[in-house]
Amino acid sequence: MQSVVLVVGTIFGSLIDLNKPGNYVHWGFIQLSYGNLTVIVLMVVVFLAAILIPYRSHKGGER
Amino acid sequence: MTIVDPKTERPDQAELDKAAGRPEDADQWTAKIRTTAIDALPPQKLLPDRQPAYVASWIYVFGVVTIAALLVVIGTGCILAIFGPNWWHVSSTGLFVNSLHLWSVETFMFAMVVHLWGKFFMAAWRGKRKATWITGVVSFLVSVGAAFTGYLSQQNFDSQWISTQAKDGINSTGAGAVFNVTNFGQMIMWHIVLLPLCIVAIVAVHVLMVRLRGVVTPFPAKGETPGADVAATAADGAEVPA
Repeated sequence: MQSVVLVVGTIFGSLIDLNKPGNYVHWGFIQLSYGNLTVIVLMVVVFLAAILIPYRSHKGGER
Repeated sequence: MTIVDPKTERPDQAELDKAAGRPEDADQWTAKIRTTAIDALPPQKLLPDRQPAYVASWIYVFGVVTIAALLVVIGTGCILAIFGPNWWHVSSTGLFVNSLHLWSVETFMFAMVVHLWGKFFMAAWRGKRKATWITGVVSFLVSVGAAFTGYLSQQNFDSQWISTQAKDGINSTGAGAVFNVTNFGQMIMWHIVLLPLCIVAIVAVHVLMVRLRGVVTPFPAKGETPGADVAATAADGAEVPA
């Protein structure tokens, strides 16, 4: 179990280094951390998926 | 008073409920409130078995995801309140519950924003649903305050940093004298008493408004006549099981 935690921690640790000051993107007066930008992009992706992916239909339900 | 529905010849449950009191008590405020509440939201409308067919889309799921996340937030918050900061910072179980509290809040805000976008692009305030929209907006704003005071209540260097940064912003609004973000006792009381009470109350009103007015209908397709459809409720048109 500890080895799994170590491997997962190493993979994520190599993607996002939390042992240094945060990284930010700057667009004019807009300043966003990569963490917040990731969440915003995920929300847009989930929103589009919720619109585009068909909902399961109830068998025998009135439509 | 009609106890039996003439169409179905079956007892009308709403009428039976109203008739539960004695006729001479009809002027009591309790009877008036009960009668008004049952007339506005009979049990079948409050907790329906079926939804309009147009609700069969993933975009309608995010309201209930938000409420589910809120329940986890409240449950984990109660556990954190029982054991305190020494427990949630040090023990492995405490760290786990602390993480559950954080991630349920992340899920809550995430789902609420997707819900907000979906309802905005549907213009969900149509058909006498302004109060539903406004209670949703207010619950979002109060949730931001609840999350903020939560970050201030972590009891670590992060919360100290956030509070000392935020005090300048709050002071610039003139509210710093009554809302002191560096006062831990005040912030944790806002976080675990006042703001949760506000959120639960506003979300309850929001859900009751959704049940009262029904889920907003989609915009009419090209060629369809707009207008009358917006006041439709679950009782109209095709429905699917909830």
